[in-house]
Amino acid sequence: MTDGAPTNDGQQFDRLPETPADREVEGRASREEVLDWWDERFGIERVVFEEYSFWEKGAGKIWIFNGEATDPSEVEAVGMTFLRTRQEHWKPTGRAVSRFGSRATKNVIELDPEQASRFAAGEDQELPEWDGDWGYLIATHEVAGESVPIGVGLYLYDELRSVVPKGSRADLPVVE
Amino acid sequence: MNPLDRYEPLVDDVDAFRAACDRPLPSVVRTNGIAATPARVREAFDDEGVAYEPVDWRDGLFRLPDGNPGGNWPYVHGWTHGQEEVSVLPTLALDPRPGERVWDACAAPGSKTTQIADAMDDEGTVVANDNNLGRLSALRHNAERLGITNAIVTNQDARNFSTKSLAFDEFDRALVDAPCSCEGTCRKNPDVLDEWTLDHVRAVAGIQKGVLARAVQATRPGGVVVYSTCTFAPEENEAVLDHVLANEDCELVEFDLPLDTDPGVTEWDGEAYDESVTRAKRIYPHRNDTGGFFCAKLRVGGNKNTGVGA
Repeated sequence: MTDGAPTNDGQQFDRLPETPADREVEGRASREEVLDWWDERFGIERVVFEEYSFWEKGAGKIWIFNGEATDPSEVEAVGMTFLRTRQEHWKPTGRAVSRFGSRATKNVIELDPEQASRFAAGEDQELPEWDGDWGYLIATHEVAGESVPIGVGLYLYDELRSVVPKGSRADLPVVE
Repeated sequence: MNPLDRYEPLVDDVDAFRAACDRPLPSVVRTNGIAATPARVREAFDDEGVAYEPVDWRDGLFRLPDGNPGGNWPYVHGWTHGQEEVSVLPTLALDPRPGERVWDACAAPGSKTTQIADAMDDEGTVVANDNNLGRLSALRHNAERLGITNAIVTNQDARNFSTKSLAFDEFDRALVDAPCSCEGTCRKNPDVLDEWTLDHVRAVAGIQKGVLARAVQATRPGGVVVYSTCTFAPEENEAVLDHVLANEDCELVEFDLPLDTDPGVTEWDGEAYDESVTRAKRIYPHRNDTGGFFCAKLRVGGNKNTGVGA
């Protein structure tokens, strides 16, 4: 290591700095920015994440953790993957949306039973009736009378693309 | 030779035991309390037309007579997890609480880790370790699918597990759900009986002793260690407990399980074990129509005033 600025080591977990002013590793998101992003994008209030710590491992992959950690650099995982940063548009993980997405108040797209099944199967679909923002949305559907997040969709040009990872796609019945 | 032959002297009703071992097991799912309640799972199954039968001894367990536990919305939403009935028992014996530090020494693929996190309300720290890197991906997949945020995943040999990368060096509770010869799973996978060898039993017993000893050492005085296997072999069960009782500061304690169980055996194949191994529980397939299992609860010695409800 030279005496240049510290860089991101993709092999180990490092805690996010509190604020941009605390940032030592170039390009690393701060906790403040992460909380602001969820609030601005989905209306999920900062208080929801008050008890959690945030970590970066890999290029821009942010993890959310609810336990005790000091230097977990040697471990395989802390908590769950949460957010992908270091790209023009930050992208929430499907897991984060599944866990916390029911708190969202905006950029949530409610799918009907058939659309929900197609979404879970990884299909893209035309949805010109959406008149909200483009970009990453939380796709939900109704289960037993309540709205439940399914995963992350990318809305562009009247189309909702399912970005459900291949390993999590499922062929599910249409439940009217 | 069918390895089940050797356990006939241990069971009271050989015909019922052998008949139960020949019957397949139904698919069973456990409700993930982090994401849903048993009532909500029932409601979703009803709406979706998924056939289910609640397991009477434990709220939130459902038998799915049509199989395919992953082919429904509750599964996709992380509300349920496929887990055999007896596999639910060690976490009940461990009884982890929110805020505690818990070690799952042989964690992959994570059914018990995720159940532990659920019992902790996802608060505190569960350290899920496995020595097999390939199996860790299944563990991580399950933990994420079920929305667990309080787990750390490590890849070490549990026999000399280091707490160096953790924020603490002692656990409140530890689960050793040990790798074993698995005859108890024959109702799901009859191949285990064809592949069974006594050499494997002896080899794996050595590993089990090492892991259980390390779990006792890594747990604070008054803390709890649960030892479980899915084998009937006393070499892997009572003999392992006997070894650890003789070499580590711990004792076996009485505990309750919500199923009909038989006590641990004190004699096998010319060996005699510590009398207290009778506090361990043997779960035979014919008693409750489940898989086979073994479960023991230990209290770590030292300052007895700091117990955690053993």
